[in-house]
Amino acid sequence: MSENLIEFNGISKFFGKVIALKDVTMKVKKGEIMCLLGDNGAGKSTLIKTLSGVHKPDEGEIIIEGEKKIFDSPKDALDMGIATVYQDLALVSLMSVTRNFFMGREPQKGIPFFKTFDIEKANNIAAERMGQIGIDIRDPSQAVGTMSGGERQCLAISRAIYFGAKVLILDEPTSALGVHQASVVLKYIVKAASQGLAVILITHNVHHAFPVGNSFTVLNRGKSLGTYAKKDLSREKLLSMMAGGEELDKLEVELREMDRISKN
Amino acid sequence: MSEKSKSIDSKKEFSKDERLKKVSKLKILLNRPELGALGGSILVFIFFGIVAGDTGMFSAYGTLNFLDVSANLGIIAIAAAMLMIGGEFDLSIGSMIGFAGICIAIPAIYWGWPLWMSIVFAFAMAVLVGYFNGILVVRTGLPSFIVTLAMLFILRGATLAITRLITGRTQVPGLRVLIDNDPIAWMFATDTFKWLFTWLGSMKLIALRTDGTPLATGIPPSVIWFIILTIFATWILMKTRYGNWIFASGGDKVGATNVGVPVGKVKISLFIGTACGATLFACIQVLDAGSADTMRGTLKELEAIAAAVVGGCLLTGGYGSAIGAAFGALIFGTVSMGIFYTDVDTDWFKVFLGAMMLIAVVFNNYIRKKVTESK
Ligand SMILES: Nc1ncnc2c1ncn2[C@@H]1O[C@H](COP(=O)(O)OP(=O)(O)O)[C@@H](O)[C@H]1O
Ligand SMILES: [Mg+2]
Repeated sequence: MSENLIEFNGISKFFGKVIALKDVTMKVKKGEIMCLLGDNGAGKSTLIKTLSGVHKPDEGEIIIEGEKKIFDSPKDALDMGIATVYQDLALVSLMSVTRNFFMGREPQKGIPFFKTFDIEKANNIAAERMGQIGIDIRDPSQAVGTMSGGERQCLAISRAIYFGAKVLILDEPTSALGVHQASVVLKYIVKAASQGLAVILITHNVHHAFPVGNSFTVLNRGKSLGTYAKKDLSREKLLSMMAGGEELDKLEVELREMDRISKN
Repeated sequence: MSEKSKSIDSKKEFSKDERLKKVSKLKILLNRPELGALGGSILVFIFFGIVAGDTGMFSAYGTLNFLDVSANLGIIAIAAAMLMIGGEFDLSIGSMIGFAGICIAIPAIYWGWPLWMSIVFAFAMAVLVGYFNGILVVRTGLPSFIVTLAMLFILRGATLAITRLITGRTQVPGLRVLIDNDPIAWMFATDTFKWLFTWLGSMKLIALRTDGTPLATGIPPSVIWFIILTIFATWILMKTRYGNWIFASGGDKVGATNVGVPVGKVKISLFIGTACGATLFACIQVLDAGSADTMRGTLKELEAIAAAVVGGCLLTGGYGSAIGAAFGALIFGTVSMGIFYTDVDTDWFKVFLGAMMLIAVVFNNYIRKKVTESK
């Protein structure tokens, strides 16, 4: 059982009358990429906010390395090695790469009460870490606002890994990116998993999820449609499982129909 | 297809990079928030050097005068700038100045407290007011503009009401005699480097009174505090973890919280900072004048914010510097005093203040776009 790095059993979350999540269960192993799929409003963000300590689950339990845990704040989750890269990335575009990289966890030097932020060390680490993923930071004091979307995403992920994430949760990391940048980010995610992290990748883009995922959980209107290993799935099956999949099928039929009519 | 051409473009950019190195150093300088205020200060000095160079404005006495005015404003401007970088405003600074003044004067004059105890009391009240402002803003999520606007009225009203209730008047004089022999009052009331001015006077290098003592007797305490605060605030912003938290809290509250920055605590501490800055301002002025006035500090909050904005702080938070605010205060202080030495009617000062602010905001906005410009 304990081979699962993180498990959550029967998680439910209600916002007043809205049932955002109902009885969702999911398990992720070390080195595994679990893709969490679902249409807009399916409850993906709510699920990971519950997992990362922003919300408390109304029902169910979170088990990390075999032990039941309750998070009172995002910091609790962070301390347990659960790092979440949110859609907004938690990057401040006016601040430098280094200042962002170490935001909230700045290395210090000096004597007590006169401790200073060790910017030199921070600059070196930030440049080195970004260099490892092939992003050449010409000047670590340049504002994050000058970086491209993919570079920012990689910065946020690389920061989470540097600070000892065991579980990496990524909320729609590729949704705002072009094809090329998305593939750079996805490659980096695969590399992170191969180093032993458990990755939960949230997306509603099957084409991004399918090539990198090891297993797939589909959420629909707050409920899990189940978890599937890659070998039991095809891209098409996954697509049709997601809410809207059927509708897209229907749409395709309709479009073909229209095409036929207009040709005639 | 378009993706391919993009990546070729970025490669071109890389190969050009070696030649760009020199330019980027200059660009770093251009991107510093205090650049505008530094340039503005230089222009102001050149202007008055030309139109008022021979009027005594830049004599030792005249210089200390405009430095004193700048320094007083600078003390609250720096506190306001730190808070603005942290993403909030404090409109109650001016009222806090009045309130702190009577917190010093009433206990000392009417209740027989030693002066030092009244001063400590005033700072304790400042911590309370700042904490209250901060906790209200953080807990309610209301704009600090509204919360501290309410506090502006509450504090000013309370200052008037309490003073009239206790003293029957709106002014509390009689503090001057308490300064001597007080263990801490000297920190806010004594001119320093007197020996230097005596020496300069004896060498006939600076203007003398008829009795032979120099006209300028020493560096006023405001200037010393101003310098100390500028250095201290800059050190905090640039060199400490707390400084990074200030930028982060103002730049993106949610993002900062998500990576573990205690945004609420940071903001509360900055509100305490502005209230304490106002109290320091009040201490210096009350001890200098020897009396507290319930209207003291009126509109000072706006001047402080104006100086911070001219100094490069963005109204939206997350960007700015203490040195910039210090230069902003220097510009205002120099112009407000310098205008007396010119033929220009002093009524124009406010026009100048407004125009400076407009120029600064437009300039800052442009700079921000540059800084966050995507590749
Ligand atoms: N804080 C909240 N208060 C009330 N309802 C919420 C809140 N957060 C999310 N919801 C609701 O929960 C449902 C799931 O939302 P979300 O988790 O954001 O979906 P997704 O990320 O899959 O698009 C939506 O119906 C949304 O309106
Ligand atoms: Mg979402």
